Amino acid sequence: MLQQSTSEALTSKPTSTRPRTPLLVHMALAYLAVFVTTAAVAQFIIPYDPAAIDLKARLSPPIGWGGSLAHPFGTDELGRDMLSRLVLSIQMSVSIGLGATGLGAMVGTSLGFIAAHLRGWIEQAILALIDFQATMPFLILALAVLAFIGNSLAVFVCLLALHGWERYARIARSLAISANAQGYASAVRQLGAHPLHVYWRHILPNVAATLIVSMTISFPEIILVESGLSFLGLGVQPPSTSLGAMVGYGRDYLARAPWVLMMPSLVISLMALSVSLIGDWLRDRFDGTLR
Amino acid sequence: MAWFALARFARAMITILVVVGFAFIVLRLSGDPALEILSNDAPPEARDAFRSAFGLDQPIWVQFFDYMTRIAAGNLGNSMREGRNALAVVIERIPITLALSVPAFLINVVIGIPAGILAALHRNSLLDRGVMLGAVAGFTIPTFVLGLLLVLVFSVQLGWLPSGGARSWHHAILPVLTLGAGGAAVLARYTRSAMLEVLGQPYIRTAHVKGVPWRLVVYRHALPNAAIPMVTIIGFMLGQLIAGAVLVESVFAWPGVGRLLVASVVSRDLPVVQCVLFLIAVTMVTSNLLVDLLYGLLDPRIRRGGQA
Amino acid sequence: MKGALLLAEGLAKAYPLRGGLFARRSQILAVNGVSVSLNKGETLGLVGESGCGKSTLGRLLLGLEKPDAGCVTFDNEVMPSSKAAAWRRLRARMQLVYQDPLGALDARLSVAEQVGEPLVIHGIGGPAKRKARVLALLALVGLSEQHGARLPHELSGGQRQRVVLARALATSPDLLVCDEPISALDVSIQAQVINLFMDIQQKFGVAMIFISHDLRAIRQISQRIAVMYLGRIVEEGITDDILHAPLHPYTRALVSAVPEVRKPRARRTILAGDPPNPADRPDGCEFHPRCPVAMSTCSNLKPLLLGSGSRGRKVACHLAAANASQPLGAH
Repeated sequence: MLQQSTSEALTSKPTSTRPRTPLLVHMALAYLAVFVTTAAVAQFIIPYDPAAIDLKARLSPPIGWGGSLAHPFGTDELGRDMLSRLVLSIQMSVSIGLGATGLGAMVGTSLGFIAAHLRGWIEQAILALIDFQATMPFLILALAVLAFIGNSLAVFVCLLALHGWERYARIARSLAISANAQGYASAVRQLGAHPLHVYWRHILPNVAATLIVSMTISFPEIILVESGLSFLGLGVQPPSTSLGAMVGYGRDYLARAPWVLMMPSLVISLMALSVSLIGDWLRDRFDGTLR
Repeated sequence: MAWFALARFARAMITILVVVGFAFIVLRLSGDPALEILSNDAPPEARDAFRSAFGLDQPIWVQFFDYMTRIAAGNLGNSMREGRNALAVVIERIPITLALSVPAFLINVVIGIPAGILAALHRNSLLDRGVMLGAVAGFTIPTFVLGLLLVLVFSVQLGWLPSGGARSWHHAILPVLTLGAGGAAVLARYTRSAMLEVLGQPYIRTAHVKGVPWRLVVYRHALPNAAIPMVTIIGFMLGQLIAGAVLVESVFAWPGVGRLLVASVVSRDLPVVQCVLFLIAVTMVTSNLLVDLLYGLLDPRIRRGGQA
Repeated sequence: MKGALLLAEGLAKAYPLRGGLFARRSQILAVNGVSVSLNKGETLGLVGESGCGKSTLGRLLLGLEKPDAGCVTFDNEVMPSSKAAAWRRLRARMQLVYQDPLGALDARLSVAEQVGEPLVIHGIGGPAKRKARVLALLALVGLSEQHGARLPHELSGGQRQRVVLARALATSPDLLVCDEPISALDVSIQAQVINLFMDIQQKFGVAMIFISHDLRAIRQISQRIAVMYLGRIVEEGITDDILHAPLHPYTRALVSAVPEVRKPRARRTILAGDPPNPADRPDGCEFHPRCPVAMSTCSNLKPLLLGSGSRGRKVACHLAAANASQPLGAH
């Protein structure tokens, strides 16, 4: 047994590894597709107005626990349809995730380019900010900012955009420095191009692939942070709802109506699990070092 | 090495300065705590008295300078809610949080590291896949979801354990498990990849090909070398001992630092929030600094190459 | 020197050297008191060993780097700072051709886009005019429209250098600084590219500074040659004069390495040792530790670059100066 595993550990070419449970990866991809599609078409598929209160059907269980087809995922304490609320929550979480990821990438990349271009003390200041952001747990920073600036959706998205900006900034800075040091970027600058032209037209397209990989890592992380904050009651505020907010709300009915909490929990966990599985699979396929 | 240590120390101090500045700017610029703490119909004189009592009527830079001086003197102001020294309010919560996070950290290490090593040594076996799937599940399920799940099963359904509070050690079991599972999963993955990295190195193959028994290769060469990158993740986890429990403490109503922070944020108790932030910054920065220095000692390449 | 296109006087550039942590900070004097003048349409060859500062000099002349001392004037105007808009505008009139054409091209853009980029940058012509201009430029350097649609890595080394040249010529500049443009190419391609440079020189009358460590490449294309050693010009003159009667012992060594110029039966001068560390220059003449004919003066006194004879010949050598001052027929 030991001997056999040895030889496997020693052959470090990815081609020699058997494809690792592609079925799981397929399922993960399918789940993510459903997840994102749901968010995109939410308005058209919800069976009920998610705010419609039906006190006669309070806390009715989902199908399988004695529920009826009228509310396949059950209802909450005010008789609101769980399925509709879940769909809208997914839409909210995905929108926030996309917005914050995009904004964070923009801010981080710009700061990285600025640091690479100006050097000197401005670069040092940006590096100090990067250090600070990387050192402090994001949830703690977010908590501090959020409760004091208020709870509007725009502020919340901007705050979440701060998650991961330092990664883009680091990548953009180091790639821009290496591009500037020699090669195509300095050649174009030498043609008389304005620095903005060089960064926008040459350096950005050349670093985009790396940045996009970073964004796909950030996106699920941001959704998780969003859920955590909303769970604490400090994120998305009623009447809006998000996955984390639903979990937080369902907590009060843990004993009587566990489905109120379980449905959104399941959706979040499966989302994170899918992204992780796909990420691992991609890494095993494309990274020769087999991490 | 002295220079390397000094440079790292300077960076750590700068980070702490940025944290203090950040905390100050965000917390002071964002509203009028006098309106929050006192009721809306409090007379204006009472508000003014409140403001001047906490120095809120001073120009912002004076407030910042005062704050810095007070930090240097170890005085972080009084809690607006409790009227006591904020630092004392925070410090008395630290052991409560550590009562959760230290056992959880032990679980991380005791389960995570062996699981990762075994998975790496038996790469692609059923064991490996089982461990990795468990690890992925463990760290992708958000801690608050996992915590509530445990409550649902062990408190609501089975009735074995309390769902919240901190009256006895029974109350600690579920939060410790919740915290421990996530960390163990992260550590298992990290250990596995560190081991695989080392096992793929030419010197391991050489040792094995030369006829050194595989068991010896693992103990003498692979494990010590894989331990070097492990320093980073373990240092990070130690830094998280206080900061990492915010959500879990909220789920289980555990009266630690995290719960204090959330409560203080909700009630806008500025000195306490700043105090917690500062405390967490110091622990994170210190652990990062120690990791850097330890790394420099363990791996001379870092020391030489990393000082630019 | 009125009417000179490019005039540089007393240029110096030092780079700080990262030493040990507590060691004394030292610096490398890459260029140390160099003056250059170049007329319209003229080509100056700049030759020297690698590390002698010739590339740095090229960058200083283009204003890509700010000299520590001295100044550069182009067309009677002082070179603006490289951050200024005026400097960027001036790029339409002066261009650099690189040693490594692949590195100088963006791997993600088609060749035609990159050749046309200077036109976009400097706002010359509309889309249709630019397209025609790009085709003309490609044709000029011997490439077809099909080549224009390709990406840089889909071309050969020689073709890439042609692309870089076409891009440099897009705005019809008055000055090209060519930094070792052929040294990265196969020997069989080098001659073709040299011929291309000569064609362009004749067709457009563009002035060039042609930097190379290889005297063979330079002699075909240059009207004048300047020989650099350790950050200084040690000899300068018309190409024929330099090749057939080198005065400086270093030039002599370089010339003797060119087989076609070397006189039959003349011994090849092989220089002993490596070029000295630019951070730790010898006293006196920088060349004296390797010089086969060094005198005692050479280790104490730095020779100046002085005129020697007619036709703009200059040399920085005590021995050459002594020989020149001897009356005719004295030996």
